[in-house]
Amino acid sequence: MGAEGFAANTIFSFGSITITSSIITTWVIMIFLIILAYFFTYRLKLIPKTPQNILESIIMVMHNAIQEVLPEHVNLIFPFISSLWIFILISNLIGIIPLLNSPTSDFSVTSALAILTFLSVHWYGIKVCGFKNYLSHYIKPSFILLPFHLVSEVSRTLAMAVRLFGNMMSLQFTALLILMIMGFLVPVPILMLHIVEAIIQAYIFGMLALVYIAGGIQIQEEKIIKKKELINE
Amino acid sequence: MSDMGIFTLGSTIVVAIGIALGVMLPAIAMGRTISSALDALARQPEAEKSITRILFIGLAMIESLAIYCLVIMLIILFRNPLLAYIVGH
Repeated sequence: MGAEGFAANTIFSFGSITITSSIITTWVIMIFLIILAYFFTYRLKLIPKTPQNILESIIMVMHNAIQEVLPEHVNLIFPFISSLWIFILISNLIGIIPLLNSPTSDFSVTSALAILTFLSVHWYGIKVCGFKNYLSHYIKPSFILLPFHLVSEVSRTLAMAVRLFGNMMSLQFTALLILMIMGFLVPVPILMLHIVEAIIQAYIFGMLALVYIAGGIQIQEEKIIKKKELINE
Repeated sequence: MSDMGIFTLGSTIVVAIGIALGVMLPAIAMGRTISSALDALARQPEAEKSITRILFIGLAMIESLAIYCLVIMLIILFRNPLLAYIVGH
């Protein structure tokens, strides 16, 4: 539950690469999730028992949530968005366990996730619509809007990173401050807020990534649908 | 009053006023958002899913403005980069 100020705790460093506690926590979460996934999907049955049921219901919820935004390309985007959701949810909630820091309270981790989302918008846009179509949507309504498009893309990516970082870091910091000032069990309401905020922020990050990717794909979709209608007439 | 004293006093006053403003204004905006979402929901209860989704995305956008303000205030209070100029002299 403790974070000593803003600096990431460096565990050790060799050469110019420093290993901070966020990196170690991230790797542990990754290995834990991989082992969990392996054991749950070891023998998939047609009539599932309880562990498989739980996993299936989680995946169904995420699948339906993505399907509401993007009915056609769900299977393309589903792995990326669901990994974001699960990873960010677990990283956020780990901060509540004493002596552990959430990786997402480190600005480097959240900016890495935001840069991933930024690149994935372009990747999925080009994959679905083709290179020229995707690039031409920057000039689409008018050529003058090109700098606004570029600036808005950069700023919304930065906003995602700062939102997640700010929420997690400030909640951890507030709990620590209240603990230092007031006493032992006083931060409990703040911790309840921390749990709620952690879940909401994970949902928001994934949802925003989904909406941006959908925006990158769908502007071209209308043109392709119109072309198909013109060909069919 | 020493340089450090003026610096500390100024930081404290600015942070207090800044955080108050930076939380009040997004709160007003969020109140209006939720109120119009409730109006829309009362008018058409079957659109609940998409209203809820849009509501949460809108609230997160507005809340992140308060978070920007909080982060800057925390930086001013605890990790002020301009302190190096005062300590140096």
